[in-house]
Amino acid sequence: MQTTSKRIYDLLSSMRFAVSLLTVLGIASIIGTVLKQNEPYTNYIVQFGQFWFEVFEVLGLYDVYHSVWFLLILVFLVLSTSLCIYRNSPTMLREMRLWREHATEKSLRAFSHRHEYQAGGSTEEIKAKLTRFLATRGFRYKTVAHEGGSELIVAKAGTYQRLGYIFTHLAIVVICIGGLIDGNVPFKIQELMGYKKVETLDIPASEVPAESRLSIANLSFRANMTLPEGTSADVSFMRMRDGYLVQELPFTVALKDFRIEHYATGQPKSFESDLVITDAELAEPLEATISVNKPLTYKGITIYQSDFQDGGSNLDFKMWALFGDQVVSLPVKGVVHEQLVLGEADEAVTLEFDDFRKFNILNLSEDGKGKLQNVGPNVTYKVRDSQGQAREYVTYMQPLQLDGRYYFVSGMRATLQEDYKYLRIPVDDEFQVDGFMRFRAVMMDAKAHELIASRLSASALPAGGPNSEVQEKFESSVRQLLKAFALGGYTRVAALIEESVPEAEREKAAQTYIKIINGAAYEANNLARELAGKPAANPNEETVLFLQDSLNSLSDLFFYGTPFYMQLKEYEHREASGLQLTRSPGKNLVYSGSVLLVLGIFAMIYIRERRIWMLVKPDNRVLFAISSNRKNRDLDVEFSKYQEQLQRLLA
Amino acid sequence: MNNVYAADEPIPLLKRLNWQDWLYAFLLMAGSIYAFNYYNHHMDVYEQGFLFGAALIFIWLGWVWRPVRALVVGVGALSLFAIYLYDANLERAEQVFFLKYLISSQSGIMWMNVLFILATVIYWVALFNRSEFTGKFASSLAWAAVLMGFVGLMVRWYESYLIAPDVGHIPVSNLYEVFVLFCLITALIYLYYEQRYATRQLGGFVMLIVSAAVGFILWYIFDRQAHTIQPLVPALQSYWMKIHVPTNFIGYGAFALAAMVGVAYLLSSRGILASRLPSLDTMDDVMYKSIAIGFAFFTIATILGAMWAAEAWGGYWSWDPKETWALIVWLNYAAWLHLRLVKGMRGPVLAWWAVIGLFVTTFAFIGVNMFLSGLHSYGEL
Ligand code: HEM
Repeated sequence: MQTTSKRIYDLLSSMRFAVSLLTVLGIASIIGTVLKQNEPYTNYIVQFGQFWFEVFEVLGLYDVYHSVWFLLILVFLVLSTSLCIYRNSPTMLREMRLWREHATEKSLRAFSHRHEYQAGGSTEEIKAKLTRFLATRGFRYKTVAHEGGSELIVAKAGTYQRLGYIFTHLAIVVICIGGLIDGNVPFKIQELMGYKKVETLDIPASEVPAESRLSIANLSFRANMTLPEGTSADVSFMRMRDGYLVQELPFTVALKDFRIEHYATGQPKSFESDLVITDAELAEPLEATISVNKPLTYKGITIYQSDFQDGGSNLDFKMWALFGDQVVSLPVKGVVHEQLVLGEADEAVTLEFDDFRKFNILNLSEDGKGKLQNVGPNVTYKVRDSQGQAREYVTYMQPLQLDGRYYFVSGMRATLQEDYKYLRIPVDDEFQVDGFMRFRAVMMDAKAHELIASRLSASALPAGGPNSEVQEKFESSVRQLLKAFALGGYTRVAALIEESVPEAEREKAAQTYIKIINGAAYEANNLARELAGKPAANPNEETVLFLQDSLNSLSDLFFYGTPFYMQLKEYEHREASGLQLTRSPGKNLVYSGSVLLVLGIFAMIYIRERRIWMLVKPDNRVLFAISSNRKNRDLDVEFSKYQEQLQRLLA
Repeated sequence: MNNVYAADEPIPLLKRLNWQDWLYAFLLMAGSIYAFNYYNHHMDVYEQGFLFGAALIFIWLGWVWRPVRALVVGVGALSLFAIYLYDANLERAEQVFFLKYLISSQSGIMWMNVLFILATVIYWVALFNRSEFTGKFASSLAWAAVLMGFVGLMVRWYESYLIAPDVGHIPVSNLYEVFVLFCLITALIYLYYEQRYATRQLGGFVMLIVSAAVGFILWYIFDRQAHTIQPLVPALQSYWMKIHVPTNFIGYGAFALAAMVGVAYLLSSRGILASRLPSLDTMDDVMYKSIAIGFAFFTIATILGAMWAAEAWGGYWSWDPKETWALIVWLNYAAWLHLRLVKGMRGPVLAWWAVIGLFVTTFAFIGVNMFLSGLHSYGEL
């Protein structure tokens, strides 16, 4: 019995055990950095599959640093280090006080660093010289009578080095305890005992049951709240595994205003929140502005500016139809974080407005090396069909300059993992999207194709030239091409070529077709302008580029995924500030431990413990020996220096 | 006889100082008071403390290691000259000869790059020729590189304020700037040991890692335009950065130095270059000293980082990948020190460990930024 507990004690306080713990701690820490922590559980399921997802969940790998086994390692580390201190400190302290005046001549002669001198002068003189020698070099000394009428001067320096051991190891204990207090150990225990439970349903804070709420008395926490401008809250949330907990607060926080300031280049310079804290104990509400690196502490709870998001901006869209032969647009109002259902039954689509960003700092240069610039607001939304399938869109409000030309840009992706594919609609001569939309309607209007074809043949075929049969043939192929293009853009035209042209002639045919389409587009554009009461476009480079871009864009509509384009016209920006609230009583322990740690490390490394013995014999022979608890080069160097100096001193 | 006493007795630091030491101290104090009068409206109270703290630290450093005096005075003089030439107009970087070719921040750093690479080559030549003179020349080149590098950083600091007063910040804020810092600190620590232990033969090894960093800097400049001065993201606008980052790089620099000495040790213990390199004992000692100093500073840096995190992120320890890897690096060298101090271990195992330690350190330094995401994401490649 005695021996078992002794053996456990020996094991726990051994360095080997501590080092093993530290190694496991290191490996566990690495796992936590390689596997992204605290992601939504669905991400892990997608990544690992159901089986491994469950295995890893049981192992607690999604929140390694708060898993029971990780905390246990820390607890054992504290235990082991404490026992190590308990076991070694008494020896250390004794060593510090010890003089070692009982060294015999024989033992001194066994030292590796020793030298013997024949000194001149009286014994008193020699002793005076030697003690002065020691004192000026920072040694404390003591003279004792030795066997055979000799006297022994024992000296020591740097014994405080031993405190270094105590300080560093005590520091580890103190820091770990501080950390454990601030970790979620209390919650873990309550959870294991069944008092508390993580809430996984997305319900209002007021409806969260008591078992998922933490009271004001909770010693330490790290929670978040998102406050839209003009709102207030007295609870915060702690995300945990696949759910959350509600942390109640002893006061109410209201957000008056949230500001982002920008550098001249457009990058964000500061995030600031004007907070108002109300509390029954306060005569007047407390107003304060916090920003990154400048938190506010009230009642032991520190409030940090951690992030920001949209707080429900109002958005006004012009929703353009992308197919059909009419120019149709419809005003639509949206609110960020809210949804809008359009259409009915099977045709219904849901617009989910996810985010609005007033500033977007992008690098639009071709090689990606150019200047960053602010390209203005954008909006992110999802379009979900009645089967629940969703595509995500990001649409910029203002035209972006790409390769020297301006486009209305809207990105689409079918899944979150993909990159956006962008639709680029060229601006018209008034910098609007309307020109393209009118052009589009004409191009997709089967009735207009006839007119376009005849106008094209009138301008393309030499006047008074070929007979009407050739003309008719030409016009019919123009109509055929326009029809194909209207039904599926360039892809459809390519299919048409593949169907009807022998392989050898396809390339040539393609070139001709493209020429025809370009010509037709020119006529279509003028027709569209005519219908809108605008003069014909100048047949210049600008128009050619606009038409080329428009044709590309038209062709891309078939891959855009929705039959409408949401043009953002107006917005009323409303922001929400993301606050983090923490109470960490262990912090002071951690900081004091840190101070101890630094002091200890410097003591251990930069204070060198050395002991000197000088045996002065009646015949004036002096035996000098030096030792250190660490055998290293410093000792060799010091020994040879002292040896020479003593030689001169005693000569 | 009393003379002998006196000649051998250690003299306390203050009594060892000569008039040049005092002049140096006076210059530094006067300089910081001047800087304080001029710029204190840009500084909070901590930064004012750092200003005078830095002056005191450099006075002390110059007193205990004399070459630092010349370095500090040289950096000060050249930087002031550059500031004078700029005349508060950033465009003069391309117009004034001295700025364009010598001491604008970009030119200064380019000179540093060139000089470090030259120093590396010459150190190796000296190693093979066993030439004392060539070795001294290599050391001078390394010193010149350090001088130009620090001038480059100081001038960069000034240039950032010329871009716009709110853009101005100390140049330790991104991967490019800290790589320059890494080169400088590694070289300085090495030069200290070179003088202290007369180990010029190790220069070629240590400068290899510095040259590798220089290679990275060049790639980073030419491929990524990393040298353009960017304004600080809000998270970095804190006085903590001024102490946390340099302290960290004393740690990294010292660990890198130890690893390269470890390489020399391993070669020598296999008989390669053994006759040209310092004794195994000396190299072992340099390795230990440098890991010890690195460990001490890395500890302080990690603690400072924790205190900064407590102010910026709401918690002193968030198990962010960078923090976690700092812990791993720290544990690694703590184990190294235990083996050596407690178990009295010496020899190739520790040398290997120091070399592998460099890989761990490098991962913590750049690998984390490249492969893992977290709160420290401003240093992305
Ligand atoms: C966690 C459990 C730990 C245990 C059980 C442990 C155990 C020991 C023991 C038994 C010694 C021998 C002291 C001597 O004889 O001089 C020692 C020394 C030392 N420990 Fe630890 N240690 C632990 C953690 C650490 C850590 C995390 C550090 C990091 C700073 C550390 C730093 C040192 C150093 C530098 C020495 C050398 C002391 C000297 O020789 O003066 N220890 N440790």
